[in-house]
Amino acid sequence: MGARTYCSVISRVVPRSRVTVPVRNPSAVVRCGRTDDLLGDIPPRGLTVSDQGGRYLGDLKTVLKRTWPVEMGPRLLTGHARAITIKFDILPVNRYLGGAFDVESLVETLLKQLAGDPEIVVNVYDVTTTSMPLIMYGPQDMTGYMLISHVSMLDFGDPFRKHQMECRYSQKPPIPWSAIYTPSGVFVIVMLIGYIIFTAYNRYVTVVEDCRKMEELKVKAEAADVAKSQFLATVSHEIRTPMNGVLGMLDMLLDTDLCSMQKDYVQTAQVCGKALISLINEVLDRAKIEAGKLEMEAVPFDLRSILDDVISLFSTKSSIELAVFVSDKVPDVLMGDPRRFRQIITNLVGNSVKFTERGHIFIQVHLANYATTMMNAKSDIGSNEQSQQGKSIGYSFDTLSGLEAADGRNSWETFKHLLSDEAPLSEDDENVTLMVSVEDTGIGIPLHAQDRVFTPFMQADSSTSRNYGGTGIGLSINKCLVELMGGQITFVSRPLIGSTFTFTAVLKRCGSRGAGIKRVLSESLPTCFRGKKAIVLDERPVRGAVTRYHLQRLGITVEIPSNLKMALSSLSEKNGYSRPSQLWKEADMIFVEKDLWNSGVEAWLTQQLLDWKQNGQLIDMPKIVLLVSLESDKSLATRFVDLLILKPLRASIIAACLLRVLGIDRQQERKMLNGSASLGGMLAGKNILVVDDNKVNLIVAARALKKYGASVECAESGKDALTLLQIPHKFDACFMDVQMPEMDGFEATRRIRLMESLANELMKTEKKTTEEGTLKRDDWHMPILAMTADVIQATYEECMKCGMDGYVSKPFEEKQLFQAVARFFDFEPM
Amino acid sequence: MMDHSHIHREVANMKRSLFDQGYLDGQFHQLEDLEDDLSPNFVEEVVTLFFRDSSRLIRNAEQALEKTPHDFTKLDGIMYQLKGSSSSIGAVKVRNECSNFRGFCNQGNMEGCLSSFQKLKREHLVLRQKLENYFQMLTQVTPAENV
Repeated sequence: MGARTYCSVISRVVPRSRVTVPVRNPSAVVRCGRTDDLLGDIPPRGLTVSDQGGRYLGDLKTVLKRTWPVEMGPRLLTGHARAITIKFDILPVNRYLGGAFDVESLVETLLKQLAGDPEIVVNVYDVTTTSMPLIMYGPQDMTGYMLISHVSMLDFGDPFRKHQMECRYSQKPPIPWSAIYTPSGVFVIVMLIGYIIFTAYNRYVTVVEDCRKMEELKVKAEAADVAKSQFLATVSHEIRTPMNGVLGMLDMLLDTDLCSMQKDYVQTAQVCGKALISLINEVLDRAKIEAGKLEMEAVPFDLRSILDDVISLFSTKSSIELAVFVSDKVPDVLMGDPRRFRQIITNLVGNSVKFTERGHIFIQVHLANYATTMMNAKSDIGSNEQSQQGKSIGYSFDTLSGLEAADGRNSWETFKHLLSDEAPLSEDDENVTLMVSVEDTGIGIPLHAQDRVFTPFMQADSSTSRNYGGTGIGLSINKCLVELMGGQITFVSRPLIGSTFTFTAVLKRCGSRGAGIKRVLSESLPTCFRGKKAIVLDERPVRGAVTRYHLQRLGITVEIPSNLKMALSSLSEKNGYSRPSQLWKEADMIFVEKDLWNSGVEAWLTQQLLDWKQNGQLIDMPKIVLLVSLESDKSLATRFVDLLILKPLRASIIAACLLRVLGIDRQQERKMLNGSASLGGMLAGKNILVVDDNKVNLIVAARALKKYGASVECAESGKDALTLLQIPHKFDACFMDVQMPEMDGFEATRRIRLMESLANELMKTEKKTTEEGTLKRDDWHMPILAMTADVIQATYEECMKCGMDGYVSKPFEEKQLFQAVARFFDFEPM
Repeated sequence: MMDHSHIHREVANMKRSLFDQGYLDGQFHQLEDLEDDLSPNFVEEVVTLFFRDSSRLIRNAEQALEKTPHDFTKLDGIMYQLKGSSSSIGAVKVRNECSNFRGFCNQGNMEGCLSSFQKLKREHLVLRQKLENYFQMLTQVTPAENV
């Protein structure tokens, strides 16, 4: 055997086993032999060979003699155990199956696969004798890079010989940089990632911890807040009760006999007590707003009467001119929260009154949409004019009192434009946005305090509370309330000149039913002045406009001569041939402002009027009414003055005074001042049936309804009622007593409803058959109202169950009657 | 002249005392408001009708009280009627007494009913006398006023 060809034992064949021998090297030869005889090649018979795919290649002997060519590829050798067993039982020897490899090519191939780029030199030694290694393969001389070598033992299965293989690089290997930096890079990256994760985790833990602490604190803070509000509310409430007791006692004390000094003391104590109560209420309001519990009502109310009320609260301080103006375009009745509205205005006016020593406080209400655009347009012009005027004249501005106001936009120029050009409310607009401004000529708000104005408990100055009182909550409450009403509050203030607070509010229009409600709710003003004419003489046009507003509410048409001098001079012609202009002829009354009423004017006016009367050019002497603002001016009323009215003006006051002067009958007056006109308006001409078994009640009820203009028929029992109510009937409504013998109100109503539904069914079928255009009545449903002496819930439910539409109490009470009836009959103004 | 004003004052005093002593209440005023030129004696008519009606009711009640076993339902019904009429004219005391009676009826308290009924009759009589006097005075005054 040559040195090149060696056998390697691939596998030992154990009897009764199957052997699969992978043979990869195509040039390998498979031999089979005994272990003791390395080279024996007695192929046992019966050993078959098949390839990888299971294809039978022949028995071993045949196969072994062949060498497989390259293209046949690897083959599998399988042997059948049985054959081997049988054979080998006789000769129990181990056989081996080995293969001779072409070592060289094997090495080449293997190493090439392993080494990659740098070349490897391989030596295979036979080191059986350690001192003398026999080179079996590889270069004879020691080439290559000797320093690094790898020795591995080779086991060819030869028990007597030892082989080893030594591999080394043929060239000095380059410093494996990649082997250095790749791991270090990876190491660094891994460290970084680890660090990041670690830090992130720490951070997360910290944040969670902080969060938890914050949660705790938050809960504590909220609890504290709630506790504070509750405490505040409780305390305030507790204080209110004894305070009310104190005030009540003071009231009672006032009713007893007191000398004037004692009375004074008591009244002062009352004022203080009331101030305390209002303060408590403000604090409670504040707490309520914070708790979000403040709700706005939506009821119909009359704006003008609320403003009148507010004015009447403040009419004590007399040197200031206090006036209210509401534009015509603002509807009479609006839906909103009157209490809160009143609160806002009272607060603003109260502030103004507190901080104003001279000049005027002017409250205006306009529609917002037009007013703001108008005012903004005019403000530039206005302010220029104002400043110029201020420099030259130095005193007289075109405002209510002649003193300059902070917001130049309220001068006569803009006012005039507002009044004339203001667009009326569009019909389909549900919301009414009002703009309310309160203008005063007080001390103003210092510039540095202006941005703190709406902060609660903040006052302009530390001395403010000492000098002027108050706690500074009012405006912040106002802001909240205004915002709840869907508006905004702003102000313009110039120190020492004055402030103007303006706010908007969104209210809803009142529906058609509002007309009826309006009459009952509002303090209805007397209607006897409708159609009368008046002249207002006033130098200041803004003030004149206010007077006109009040008079127009009474239905009086007002003329304000725009050029006063001319109007007056037309009187002063002494030749006696002057003819009164149409203006003077038709006037029933002349309202003169105190400022104008110096003795010259008085003389002219009265003289001229008397002359005209004597000449027959004037039929009735118009009443002369003097408007004064101070109590002390009352002495100005000479005998020519028929009536003196103390400002601030209110329509109701004017009406009352005029009534006295014009001498209208008391009875008529009383009738006109109550609201029975409204009920009459609804019931006039209606046919009403009253059913009651008690004759007395029947008569009284019938009479009451007749008074309102209805035609009434009476029935004394349920049966009679049914007879009268056979369809068709002429009745518009029915008042039915609930408790009657034989057939009570409920039963009667049920039967009536039954009759009605039958008739309706009939009508429907009729409608289908006839196609006439005749006016068929709507479905029969007569309003039936129960009259009951015991108005308890059970009765009400029963009423509703049997088909009644409402109930009224016995005996009739006007307001309740009105409300019950208003649901069925449209209100028609008389 | 003096007489008229004297009678005027007396009438006014009488009316005021009726109110002060609690015999009449605001409903009576309402009745007066209902009077006008078309029905000038409305109040008197109503009051007369009331007393006729109420006397009948009281008689019925007396009969019902004498019968045994006592029919509380019937009594209650009669009192309800009386209560209704008296509140229509503003006869406060009578009405209150009716309510008391009905209360005793509900409890089935015969003793209470009887004593209440006696009171009721008394109140009724007193009111009748007072109102008759009042209307007599009124008729004396009115012709003078028209002049």
